Amino acid sequence: MKAVIIGSTTLVAAAALGFYTWSASQPPAPCGDTAVATSAIGGPFELLSETGALVTDRDVITKPTLVYFGYTFCPDVCPLDSARNAQAAYMLADEGYDIGTVFITVDPDRDTTEVVAEFTDNFHEDMVGLTGTAEQVDAASKAYRTYYRKQDGDDEYYLVDHSTQTYLMMPETGFATFFKREHTPEQIAQTAACFIDAQA
Amino acid sequence: MKLTTLTAATLVAFSSYAAMAEPVITVTDARAFETPPTAMSGGGFMHIKNDGDTDDRLIGITADFPKVELHTTEFTDGIAKMMHADGVTVPAGGMVALEPGGYHVMFMGLRGDPLEVGETIPATLVFEQSGEIEVRFDVVARTMEHSH
Ligand SMILES: [Cu+2]
Repeated sequence: MKAVIIGSTTLVAAAALGFYTWSASQPPAPCGDTAVATSAIGGPFELLSETGALVTDRDVITKPTLVYFGYTFCPDVCPLDSARNAQAAYMLADEGYDIGTVFITVDPDRDTTEVVAEFTDNFHEDMVGLTGTAEQVDAASKAYRTYYRKQDGDDEYYLVDHSTQTYLMMPETGFATFFKREHTPEQIAQTAACFIDAQA
Repeated sequence: MKLTTLTAATLVAFSSYAAMAEPVITVTDARAFETPPTAMSGGGFMHIKNDGDTDDRLIGITADFPKVELHTTEFTDGIAKMMHADGVTVPAGGMVALEPGGYHVMFMGLRGDPLEVGETIPATLVFEQSGEIEVRFDVVARTMEHSH
């Protein structure tokens, strides 16, 4: 019992500080020391697919999947990270691994299904773009413990602060690990392959 | 405009050659990534070199979009916060790179007129010392090692 309590306390404290920092100093061994967070990240969500259909996490995460939260108005960071995730997926495909990529907007007011569809097609023909009502997006963000906040400004060009980590999710077991934006496509591909192998 | 175009993306303020104690600004690699058809914004990047012996500072940019701003992104605990930047100092004898993940020019309000490869975006940079410098951002594809 004690270990569990320490574990969850550590997680809460680390989350408050920004638990992203520890992964940088701890290279995956063998795939990444992620046990502490497995139950805390991910879970059910209901969002709108690129066709406008209501989909759940079970519909979306049918294979190992990289999940990223962002917004398409962001011309720099979100495309960079999405392109990187797409590249990791292509690298994995070349090695015979089937991995999905998902982009969930945290700006549902501007990011319609059409907008997220076009945005994601830019990077990978199979990348799934998801949007929804403000409530649906908020619930998905909370499930993944991501942060987003619309900045002040009343015009249509408002900016949104948002978390930039990418989650590796498994259809059966859920959260496997996460990647920071400093991680390269090669690192993501390598680590994801390790997790996929571990489940095979 | 008392400026002469050297290449599509390289311009020099000639007035700076006359006096020594001045910044000498050169802008290269001005580029923007192509955007999808429904994109509402695009990002511009460039290298700004100062061969003079005085610092200069980029304090503004204008282009033919509803809103154009200089932006930077701060990262705190994995959270990206894009924000308006008042300016970018280009130190004497130095170079500043506006690169993905750092400073960018944000072209806002594309309104169904996306940035397309091959097109160029004329813009005017405003420097504290050197004044206005015309540049053209070349719209380029997002290069990926894999293009399936
Ligand atoms: Cu910006």
